[in-house]
Amino acid sequence: MSHRILILAEHSQNQLSVGTAKCVACAAGIPDAEINVAVCAADASAVAAQAASLKGVSKVLTIEHPAHAHALGALIAPQIAALAGAYTHVLGPSSTFGKDVMPRIAALLGTSQISDIMAVESATRFRRPIYAGNALLTVEVTAGTKVVGTVRTASYQPAPGGGNAAVEKVVSNVELPTHTRFVSVSAAKSDRPDLQTAAKVVSGGRALGSAEGFKILYQLADKIGAAVGASRAAVDAGYAPNELQVGQTGKIIAPELYMAIGISGAIQHLTGIKDARTIVAINKDSEAPIFEVADIGLVGDLFQVVPEIEKLLAG
Amino acid sequence: MQRILVGIKRVVDYNVRIRVKPDGTGVITDGVKMSVNPFDEIALEEALRIKERGGAEEVVVATVGPADCQQQLRTCLAMGADRALHVQTDARIEPLAAARVMLKLVEREQPFLVLMGKQAIDNDNGQTGQMLAALWNRPQATFASKLQIDGQKAQVTREVDAGLETIEIDLPAVVTVDLRLNEPRYVKLPDIMKAKKKPLETLELAALGVEAHEQLQPVRFEPPAQRQKGIKVKDAAELVAALKQKGLL
Repeated sequence: MSHRILILAEHSQNQLSVGTAKCVACAAGIPDAEINVAVCAADASAVAAQAASLKGVSKVLTIEHPAHAHALGALIAPQIAALAGAYTHVLGPSSTFGKDVMPRIAALLGTSQISDIMAVESATRFRRPIYAGNALLTVEVTAGTKVVGTVRTASYQPAPGGGNAAVEKVVSNVELPTHTRFVSVSAAKSDRPDLQTAAKVVSGGRALGSAEGFKILYQLADKIGAAVGASRAAVDAGYAPNELQVGQTGKIIAPELYMAIGISGAIQHLTGIKDARTIVAINKDSEAPIFEVADIGLVGDLFQVVPEIEKLLAG
Repeated sequence: MQRILVGIKRVVDYNVRIRVKPDGTGVITDGVKMSVNPFDEIALEEALRIKERGGAEEVVVATVGPADCQQQLRTCLAMGADRALHVQTDARIEPLAAARVMLKLVEREQPFLVLMGKQAIDNDNGQTGQMLAALWNRPQATFASKLQIDGQKAQVTREVDAGLETIEIDLPAVVTVDLRLNEPRYVKLPDIMKAKKKPLETLELAALGVEAHEQLQPVRFEPPAQRQKGIKVKDAAELVAALKQKGLL
């Protein structure tokens, strides 16, 4: 094997993220590659077992420390940098977790990072979006440089299960900094599908008018089993929480069905939904840019159309 | 002196529709409006508010790039920064080189806080802040939507995929800012006049002892694939029928 790839696992202490499985799929596109996964956790056993079952992974390395009970970039980066010597590539998902920690790893390794890898052309050549996806750039990594990258998860299907990799405990003597401390995380509990991985997404914009107005979207979403998303304008206005934002600076998603309701379609929003299979737009402004990318467009008042759709589905 | 250093970048204005050059060597920037990266404007606004509350004595803004970058530094001075540092080079600057430049400026200016945008809207790399924190061996708080400074520490609320995360960091530290931290002020004409008299120091990249050192060679720029033109339906019934036909409902 001429290439050795280390993937930094993203997880919630007991559940490996789908993004990690997508990194494995990306890594599998690099020729002659041996793929290892590193898990930093307080207790890595559950997550390591899940990583070990991903097809294509040959070894899972666990780095356990009580301080890894929460994913803090400043603590994880030196651990991974210490392991990276034996590898040609270090990859992580382009989630807020990966975006936070991977550049810190890259700097410790003395290399610039390739952000948001969407296609692998060779072991040293990668394609990525720039300018909010309005241009695509192919970059060649200079020979002899370690490749550090984040993987644009919307561009990949997760690696399948069925693998059976060895799990190995790493005894780390890296001194962890105490200058960064976790305080709290507030996330709305929801029974709806996860926005990042949902097959269907119902998304609302400023035209919803209020947090109250957003309720008709939640009702429609629940009826069709969809996740709920929002435009930046809707989040800025306080109609929806930040974790629902879709776009250049929010989540990049690739559902089967994306329903943009009352969203005008700023380029920064469109970059988040470019890979959606079918885009539906409902907007009363027939000139809204969202119609340029929509597969199915309906010019109309969302406060009439959305309840009508719901009624039709009930019947 | 209690000082905040703010890193900024000159980028194509966010309203410009980006077009790739026909020969695939880049995007068209001739005659295109250039601005301060919007995330960096938010970083500067936060620094100014901290100073106005008495939490800092001086706000220094810095960038690395060609001579034209001075226009954006002047904009920052007009917003309220006290002085500007321009590290001049015509070389292509990758995030690691930008972080190395910022580290040199940190060593010179000894700030208790470095603020910058979470990403620049041209290359969408999102690396420089974290890289500076790594090279400086100091804490990083990325994607900040709230920043509270309390003596030698800061509490930062971060916009993460799960929701909002709060961490505590020791200062000095690097904080990269997200959209909802604040709304930057508008620059008024008298401030633009005043900014012309504020100090703007130019340093040569080589004099700082930093090499451009390119590791990622651009091979080809291309426009993204266009989506097929879609259909219009006239009402909810037609929409539901069309989605059912595609097996989506």
